[in-house]
Amino acid sequence: MWPGVTLRSAGARLLGATGCRGSRGRSAPAAASAVYSENQISRTSHNKPWIDSACGSMYFRPSRMTSACLKGVRAHRLLWTRLHSASRSSVDREGLKVFLALAHKWWDEQGVYAPLHSMNALRVPFIRDNLLKAVASHQPGIPLSGMKILDVGCGGGLLSEPLGRLGASVLGIDPVEENIKTAQHHRTFDPVLDQRVEYRVCSLEGIVQESAETFDAVVASEVVEHVPDLETFIQCCCQVLKPGGSLFITTINRTQLSYALGIVFAEQIAHIVPKGTHTWEKFVSPEKLESILESNGLSAQTIVGMLYNPFSGRWRWTENTSLNYAAHAVKCKAQEREAPVPSACKGEEAGARAEASASGAVLES
Amino acid sequence: MAARLAKSGWGAAAVASRRSPLVSSRRCSGASADTVYDVVVSGGGLVGAAMACALGHNIHFSDKKILLLEAGPKKILEKLPETYSNRVSSISPGSATLLSSFGAWDHICNMRIRAFRRMQVWDACSEALIMFDKDNLDAMGYIVENDVIMHALTKQLEAVSDRVTVLYRSKAVSYTWPYSFSMADSSPWVHITLGDGSTLQTKLLIGADGHNSGVRQAAGIQNVSWNYDQSAVVATLHLSEATENNVAWQRFLPSGPIALLPLSDTFSSLVWSTSHEHAAELVSMDEEKFVDAINSAFWSDVNHSDFIDSAGTILHYAVALLKPTKISARQLPPSVARVDAQSRALFPLGLGHAAEYVRPRVALIGDAAHRVHPLAGQGVNMGFGDISSLVHHLSAAAFNGKDLGSMSHLTGYETDRQRHNTALLVATDLLKRLYSTSVTPLVLLRTWGLQATNAVSPLKEQIMAFASK
Repeated sequence: MWPGVTLRSAGARLLGATGCRGSRGRSAPAAASAVYSENQISRTSHNKPWIDSACGSMYFRPSRMTSACLKGVRAHRLLWTRLHSASRSSVDREGLKVFLALAHKWWDEQGVYAPLHSMNALRVPFIRDNLLKAVASHQPGIPLSGMKILDVGCGGGLLSEPLGRLGASVLGIDPVEENIKTAQHHRTFDPVLDQRVEYRVCSLEGIVQESAETFDAVVASEVVEHVPDLETFIQCCCQVLKPGGSLFITTINRTQLSYALGIVFAEQIAHIVPKGTHTWEKFVSPEKLESILESNGLSAQTIVGMLYNPFSGRWRWTENTSLNYAAHAVKCKAQEREAPVPSACKGEEAGARAEASASGAVLES
Repeated sequence: MAARLAKSGWGAAAVASRRSPLVSSRRCSGASADTVYDVVVSGGGLVGAAMACALGHNIHFSDKKILLLEAGPKKILEKLPETYSNRVSSISPGSATLLSSFGAWDHICNMRIRAFRRMQVWDACSEALIMFDKDNLDAMGYIVENDVIMHALTKQLEAVSDRVTVLYRSKAVSYTWPYSFSMADSSPWVHITLGDGSTLQTKLLIGADGHNSGVRQAAGIQNVSWNYDQSAVVATLHLSEATENNVAWQRFLPSGPIALLPLSDTFSSLVWSTSHEHAAELVSMDEEKFVDAINSAFWSDVNHSDFIDSAGTILHYAVALLKPTKISARQLPPSVARVDAQSRALFPLGLGHAAEYVRPRVALIGDAAHRVHPLAGQGVNMGFGDISSLVHHLSAAAFNGKDLGSMSHLTGYETDRQRHNTALLVATDLLKRLYSTSVTPLVLLRTWGLQATNAVSPLKEQIMAFASK
């Protein structure tokens, strides 16, 4: 698991490579000095070089990112479990500057996070429409009012804010304190969001106890590919959901194509991302995801592919789930809970099997 | 509840104090009590008021706060005046659809409106003419006094006063744009200071403040513009006898186009574009002479030349051979008996086009974005078209929970409208130039061009469809 800040420097380096080459050399040591080891986090304090290297000049309709960059962006979006203490200990004066620099990164619609901004055009309607299907009527202007949504791995609040504007009470959680600071800071300018959106620095596990069966919806967008233990993660999601509540996931598939674009091209050929940024093994195929969902009392309703066009900077829905995809699952009502769980679907074996048939498959429940 | 809290300065301050120290100190030192609006429309003319109305009646904006800033006083017509106003607009069916979408059209129909079903445009230097005709009973357009439209809009604004605040007699004196994202600590909204010193913030500022747009200038948006060597003279005219009066007439004189637009069976409205000197003379001459000048402008063949006439006749016969069905002959407009006292006025004409319609958190609509010669009667319709497009994009953005000031949907509006407006601007400018001359080759060219266009129905239908958007 990579510490958030280090990953971010990797992402910035990536930006440096595509946008302003001059900064590449500077950020290299920071990225290279990060060490990966299982369950142990080592973080580098050289997290500054990328701060000033990035945007500045990108204001009006700048160049778009490549899909390889996108992987980098995804890499620093979110980190799960056990990161909590590591990131929390890093807050200092230096960290404050990082937060300010970060703020403009998260909310610059044309910057490094542009693909996440434009993904809202798909994921917000996806969440909204699936939630509205379940209710008889809704208030115009604020269709999601009265709904409680948990945005797991909210980052800078890119998805929490739109959901809040639609009337939902949103709790955004993220283990990276800088992200939460950015999100909180950005929210304060909008008096309406100030009422509806709340942010907390914590992991999903950290709030399971206090918020059992609390949320009408849980959103984990571009998160599960960074989760070390997906089974536990989904379990927790299910626990905080009200019966009948919805879980929304967007992530990246585990296919040869995602390996080629995300790992081989970005890390080994182009050296845009340092080796090891992405762990392809952590990518999840829709089949695997569905089986984990089913085994945890969630029934998958929709799984649909998403395609990013790096030239237009826009996302669109597609039948093909071989790269990115979105999933909607509903927590079974209490009486349905005891549905038989196919035990074979669990574990490595099933994962490997699902993987073999993964590429290009569209899964509709 | 959120909206209520936002309105009161105390509420906002209380919220601020609950925030982390870093944030609240910043906010309190700055403009902590400013109201944050979702949309501020600067300029409460026909286009600005219609914009605010359209947003106020949009279902996806029912939880939004909209502000309309108007420098002038509130205009309410207690009773419809007996006399017609000299400022009228030709409203296309597309604009009528927009006005109906938020209920203003009903008010207009209940007040005073005149539909026209035909339009005849002809040349003073030849027999060439083009006749636009609606086969069915639909109107080609409507002539409505601007005051009537304004009254309907004011009424409909009152109907949504919970969402749309209108500040009359108030004008923005300065705008502060948000810094680019490198200054993440500053407010992301547009700050507006009003004439009375009060300040407010908005997520999206819509500039509907006319061709000298203060918003456009403050945003530093380049504007291509030039003045025509023409002024328009307007007046309300009494016809000699009551007629069906459902035709809009326009004749291209060498000095500029003159148009007679129906107001009722016995009244018509005049828009005469001509040289500045001639316009001043027309406004100041005595009424009888003025009426004679109008009648002879429509009736006189003094600019005809034999050569052009015979050339025109040849094409006319050629077309008649190819297409033996009826080719409408030139008709003459009703004669004018007298002019309404005090109804004569003149205003200068020009062309303008903003290089950009949008910036982050800013959009320009109406004359702020484009100013056009009145010869095609498209000025206000282009503005209403802007509104339809912008409301469409903003409504989708609101339903997707987007930040309303985001460029991602504002550019969609810009692309849609620039395509349409640029075509119209170029076409009207070319027409204006083509018809401002009596040089024989050009007269011949436009004579044949007009005759040919008149003969080719699909082309005519295309033009009508484009103009009625």
